[in-house]
Amino acid sequence: MSNDKLMKEFEAIVGAEGVMNSESDLHSYSYDSAVLDPRVPAFVIKPSNTDQLGPVVKLCNDNGLPITVRGAGTNLSGGTIPHPGGVVLLTNGLNKILEINEQDLYAVVEPGVVTAQFAAEVASRGLFYPPDPGSQAVSTIGGNVAENAGGLRGLKYGVTKDYVMGIDFWDVNGDLIKSGSRTVKCVTGYNLGGLMVASEGTLGVFNNIILKLVPPPKAQKAMMAVFDNIDKASESVAAIIANKIVPCTLEFLDNASLRYVEAFTKAGLPVDADAVLLIEVDGHPAEVAEDAEKVVDLCKKIGATSVHLAETAEERDKLWFARRNALPALARAKPTTVLEDATVPRSQIPAMVRSVNEIGKKYNVEIGTFGHAGDGNLHPTILCDRRNEEEFKRVEAAVDEIFDVALSLKGTLSGEHGIGMAKSKWMEKETSKATLEYSLKMKRAIDPNNILNPGKIIGG
Amino acid sequence: MSDLNRLASMLMELDDQMAACMKCGMCQAVCPVFAESMKESDVTRGKIALLEKLAHEMVKDVDEVNEKLNRCLLCGTCAANCPSGVKIMDIFMKARVIVTTYKGLSPVKKAIFKGLLDRPKLFNLLTDMGAVFGSPFMRSADKTIGTKSCALLTPLIGKRHFMPLAKRPFRKDYPSLDTERGESGLKVAFFPGCVVDKMFPHVGHAVIKVLNHHGVGIYLPENQACCGIPTLASGDLDTFLSLMRKNVEAFDGGYFDYIVTPCATCTSTIKETWPKMLDDANSDIKEKVQELADKAMDINQFLVDVVGVKALDHKAGGKVVTYHDPCHLQKSLGVAAQPRELLKANPDYEFKEMNEANRCCGNGGSFNLYHYDLSKKIGERKRDNVRASGADVVATGCPACMMQLGDLLSQSGGGVDVRHVLEIYAEMID
Repeated sequence: MSNDKLMKEFEAIVGAEGVMNSESDLHSYSYDSAVLDPRVPAFVIKPSNTDQLGPVVKLCNDNGLPITVRGAGTNLSGGTIPHPGGVVLLTNGLNKILEINEQDLYAVVEPGVVTAQFAAEVASRGLFYPPDPGSQAVSTIGGNVAENAGGLRGLKYGVTKDYVMGIDFWDVNGDLIKSGSRTVKCVTGYNLGGLMVASEGTLGVFNNIILKLVPPPKAQKAMMAVFDNIDKASESVAAIIANKIVPCTLEFLDNASLRYVEAFTKAGLPVDADAVLLIEVDGHPAEVAEDAEKVVDLCKKIGATSVHLAETAEERDKLWFARRNALPALARAKPTTVLEDATVPRSQIPAMVRSVNEIGKKYNVEIGTFGHAGDGNLHPTILCDRRNEEEFKRVEAAVDEIFDVALSLKGTLSGEHGIGMAKSKWMEKETSKATLEYSLKMKRAIDPNNILNPGKIIGG
Repeated sequence: MSDLNRLASMLMELDDQMAACMKCGMCQAVCPVFAESMKESDVTRGKIALLEKLAHEMVKDVDEVNEKLNRCLLCGTCAANCPSGVKIMDIFMKARVIVTTYKGLSPVKKAIFKGLLDRPKLFNLLTDMGAVFGSPFMRSADKTIGTKSCALLTPLIGKRHFMPLAKRPFRKDYPSLDTERGESGLKVAFFPGCVVDKMFPHVGHAVIKVLNHHGVGIYLPENQACCGIPTLASGDLDTFLSLMRKNVEAFDGGYFDYIVTPCATCTSTIKETWPKMLDDANSDIKEKVQELADKAMDINQFLVDVVGVKALDHKAGGKVVTYHDPCHLQKSLGVAAQPRELLKANPDYEFKEMNEANRCCGNGGSFNLYHYDLSKKIGERKRDNVRASGADVVATGCPACMMQLGDLLSQSGGGVDVRHVLEIYAEMID
């Protein structure tokens, strides 16, 4: 079908205002947050209700048009960079919260609902939706599910997949597939909803998502432990958990990050420290008080040079200020910020951080590392200027080696950012040839024309 | 094609600044235009991406990019919230100048900017005539605010409810002033700005009354010109620089500690934009421009931070007043506490905060002219927040916001007055 004819067909489904194909509109959707080359689609389609999704997918399938579903475009692995000449399917107009059930503790949402807005709406009903990816102010639930997004609360509360009870999605024929239930227990058929989580738009197009809600903690306490040796910081993490305390947040900043944050904020951070841990415990007030005291004792016993416990909300904010400013501070240092999310078993954090620093020296690139110590999810952040080709080659080599090390420490390529285009070349290395084959066979069976976000995760 | 090449190479001047944008997309959370349209090209990240692509000759349709570039209120909310600290306002202003230089200014804008704004005497004369001749065709829209509507002007301005030009502009009552320092020992230069002079002269009178009350000497020279921001926002750097020069000449030779304005936009223009836009041809006035910039201060800030006005420590009563933060005060200059302090100083009012007080009202200067429907949509959220606060009066610190708030509240049934903070504060002075 010619582009003009296709345009009319799309307009018949989503209306003229839902189809964009001017040069500047197409270029506006050629990129996401990943440091990768942009690719220009042929159409940008913006449905205004979920019933339009099926016909759009079917039209694309009938014409062999690749579809890349896009929410807010905050993807850090290139998962929302379109296939050249394909279709960008925008979901940010599908942003209705269909139900928040306070009795049965679940919610049903459309894929384009913004995460933070959803969490705020849930909180206003006295409930809690814990996943909190860094981009939550703009990221959408659909994107969070497609990437299995994480966040700062992963250690105690888990990640997005732990809150998905069911997903209804469209297959390539434009038929609606149902999975999961509004019940806590559901074993009806294959766990298709589970298959959709982290599928990065390669297996279906989300219609509605059922999410689990939990009661919020009644109290919390935050503290900062300063270490002159990164092994001691890591031992403290292990000791806290071994002592049967699971903090809701357990964050790590290395010396380079501390120095950048301090240069940017002048907040009085310990720039001589090798590492700091920012720890927050939450739950019942009595339990929180006891846990906080134990955490302080443990960190001191293992060798923290100081532990500061926040007594007021203001002090708590001050503590988190450093963590919140880690990325902005690093981002301001150089034009290009390559934010990785190599993840290792938490006992391997010292080895990982040491290796990252050695790799930085070896390739002569600046790297600051911060991240979620509690779940081993680190963010080595490389500061560079992409326009400097020679430097960027060194950056790419450094990234390759970072993943080599992560895998050698029995870690994983991605804790929370996804594979997308950026890391698909590594898939076989972490899994196996057979795993990739199995995945490809499944993909071919579900999507014979290979129109659902082709080239992502498993390549092809 | 070689022509496009020239544009691309001019835009490459901005490449270093644009490269700082890491495309994180966090600007989506705060952009009022994006909140309405949800289109990537309406949010900062999208605009920067398009400018980069124009600079690298990956897109060719300049008109389309220009049109998208102009769908921006220049409210600066994204810049205030950008994790990477990208100098967004600088990029957008310079990009508008570059694209306008390449494309040429539209004949209408040329006539208005070069023919009118840049000739303050003629501008004043014409607006005086408008004030006299315009009135028979206008109908009163909302008595509380004083807005009018005009069927005759519908083809030009739509169905806006607008503040008519004042019968007697401010400068007729105060062509110039040069008073001694009073008991405060301070003396300020007064820059009323176009909108106060021609539409809200009572705001100018309130400023004079308050300054006199606090014993602050006033220097008000003749021949003040527009601060220039409408011309720069349209990419007309020449007229902007010419207006800046006229103002520097007008204030030259006066002795004063600060230069105060009751207009958020004028203050931020004098303080931040004037020094940034100086070019070689204007280097002879560099020191004077910098001196004015250093001395420029919002009137609310001056009264609270310098004169020392304090809020009452008890809750006052009578009318309920709420406050709208103009973007140019809150986001550009960080002035937010001071106007609230002044409102709380008047015992006849009870101050009540509205939701999203610092969210843009949608005026954006000439954005309101070219994108009225979008401007109105953005403003409706502000209007709803004002109404939900239950306030009798909404006060603010920018005459452009006053125009927008007046239109929105008047169109939705009126009943809520729109005032400048200084008017409320001046009421308590006999």
